[in-house]
Amino acid sequence: MTALVPLIVCLPLLGAAVALMLGLHRRLQVLVSVVSLTAATVMSAALLVLVDRTGPAVVQVGGWQAPWGIVLVVDRLSAIMLLISALMLLGVLLFAVGQGIVDGDTEAPVSIFHPTYLVLAAGLFNAFVAGDLFSMYVGFEMLLSASYVLLTLGGTGARIQVGITYIVVSLVSSLLFLSAIALIYGATGTVTLALIAERMPDLPADIQLILGLLLLTAFGVKAAVFPMSFWLPDSYPTAPAPVTAVFAGLLTKVGVYAILRTQTLFFPDNPFSMPLMIVAALTLLVGILGALAQADIKRLLSFTLVSHVGYMLFGIAIGTPLAIAATVFYVVHHIVVQTTLFLVAGLIDRVGGTTSLSRLGGLLKSSPLVAILFFLGALNLGGIPPFSGFLGKIALFQAGAIVGDPIIYVLIGVGALTSLLTLYAFARVWSMAFWRPRQEVKDYTSSMSASLVEDPQDVGLVLKKTISPLMVGATTSMLVFTLCLTVFAGPIFDLTTRAAGNISSPSTYIDAVFPNGTGAIENSNKGTNFEGGTR
Amino acid sequence: MSASLTLVILMAVMYAAGVYVMLERSLTRVLIGLLLVGNATNLLIFIMSGRPGSSPIVTGTSVEDMVDPIPQVLMLTAIVINFGITALLLALIYRSWWLAQLGDEGDTLTDEHATESAGEADVTFLSSSDDDDAIAQSLDEFERGDGATSDEDSTTHTGTHSKHAAGRSGRSAPAEGDAR
Repeated sequence: MTALVPLIVCLPLLGAAVALMLGLHRRLQVLVSVVSLTAATVMSAALLVLVDRTGPAVVQVGGWQAPWGIVLVVDRLSAIMLLISALMLLGVLLFAVGQGIVDGDTEAPVSIFHPTYLVLAAGLFNAFVAGDLFSMYVGFEMLLSASYVLLTLGGTGARIQVGITYIVVSLVSSLLFLSAIALIYGATGTVTLALIAERMPDLPADIQLILGLLLLTAFGVKAAVFPMSFWLPDSYPTAPAPVTAVFAGLLTKVGVYAILRTQTLFFPDNPFSMPLMIVAALTLLVGILGALAQADIKRLLSFTLVSHVGYMLFGIAIGTPLAIAATVFYVVHHIVVQTTLFLVAGLIDRVGGTTSLSRLGGLLKSSPLVAILFFLGALNLGGIPPFSGFLGKIALFQAGAIVGDPIIYVLIGVGALTSLLTLYAFARVWSMAFWRPRQEVKDYTSSMSASLVEDPQDVGLVLKKTISPLMVGATTSMLVFTLCLTVFAGPIFDLTTRAAGNISSPSTYIDAVFPNGTGAIENSNKGTNFEGGTR
Repeated sequence: MSASLTLVILMAVMYAAGVYVMLERSLTRVLIGLLLVGNATNLLIFIMSGRPGSSPIVTGTSVEDMVDPIPQVLMLTAIVINFGITALLLALIYRSWWLAQLGDEGDTLTDEHATESAGEADVTFLSSSDDDDAIAQSLDEFERGDGATSDEDSTTHTGTHSKHAAGRSGRSAPAEGDAR
């Protein structure tokens, strides 16, 4: 059964190769990508069940033992992330296929969407199963390279412009990550996560501090943590709707996953609690205040995305098992809801002809289904009971209140305020785009629209396009899935609690990778022991 | 751990110069800055493999004299990744230069939006069959002109050629829109 671990990375990669070869046959391409992502979903579900029952699945690639070879580890956290991202990738793929059928695929003349999308999937899965820092870096680079191509699809001026900024920012963060890997290797003599976790506590405190901060900065850029979040609201909304949806749902969460993994494993004493709290509060506030000023729905959603990363950081900063469980639950909830909302924004763009609030109107009458989809998604993200957004936030606040530091109470306040402001931003979208009658759009004046800032890329047009049943179907099933998260919140929270139990005691992870203990390799400091290499 | 001072100084200078150049407005300079910082990082990894002048891993050398090969492996991977992304970035910079240079004439930002705004125009909604026809046509032309080559050759050529054809048909769409 452990063969599933490498297979889940290889299958989308193979699919990408096949899809690239089938470049001229669009239907076959679609078939290949749907089949490989469906298989990935099934495999990750099987892995989750397996890992939940029998403990972490570990694969030593090529039979090389852990500190020398590449090791892949799937524990409950990885398995949850794998399953949820495979599901999202599949849902968004169906939406993209639906959109492609309507548009006749004019976005990219050479059919590169499907192969690139599958490489993105493989990169994501690789980052989640990586058992050493360097293959995590390789996974990041795979998914980022794919995202560069997807973001600049079609090569229009606007996309090239934001694409270059996005690439430069991501590249700088990758180089920071790489420097951190080099320094960690220099300090501990290994890149295997489990062995670093074992050796990190022996390092001098100042070295630990530098390494930890370097990792936090590198991942912070990827997770769009304030003040490194400036690039996100400009770049994401420019891409095609399905691409934006998958970026928004998954790419920032890989950063959050990496922070969660490295912080809990390397620094179990949680020395960065205070700086993380401050950064979390600022991320929450600055993000949501940015959202309030946006006239463009996609940009508004991007700002809420930045803002809500703050909740996850808050959970990591508290660091108790309950808080980690709540964080994992919140990550799952947020991936699903944010992806769904971006897909709904894609639908609004097509039925309303624009995503600018100053030109939208009467959508409730003209397309009630889109209105319902948006309404439920917005309530969920805003944290209205009984939806999963409310449950995730209340779990976080509860975990914080148990610890009961004064700064945690401040953060709970900030979190509640952010939740309300999110609701305010969505209420405005609702009343302007959906409730306002179509004929009132012209010469509309209201205190609601006074402070709105248009998207700098906005061209001021209203251009309606048809939507296909597949697009609506994909979005609806994603929304149904968010509702399932609410209905089955109990069992899911139990699962994330077990996952948190795993990751808050690093010894589980270390024992899984080194079943015979690390004593045998304890003396293998750098430059002294290379039995594995002398062949 | 001992390391070569020359390498450390070189790395520091490259980091500093790279970050400085990266802060310029010109995209090519940003790229040069990224390359410098990337290579400085590669050097940093290389420094981690220990004292310079150590032996490679071959049988017959004592274990103490061997150099640590893992940083070199990591560095190779990092170089390859950097190389690929630099190529992509160069292509994007060229594309942005192209759009900026021809801003007033043909393939421009505003014109592309103009065809989009024409929305229902047939050109924008080129059906996939039209694309396929164009590709098939150019393939035919290509094969007629180059029939003598062996099968293997023609398949590789066909791959690149059809990409060009598809690219051309896509890019010519805005121009056609203008003509109407």
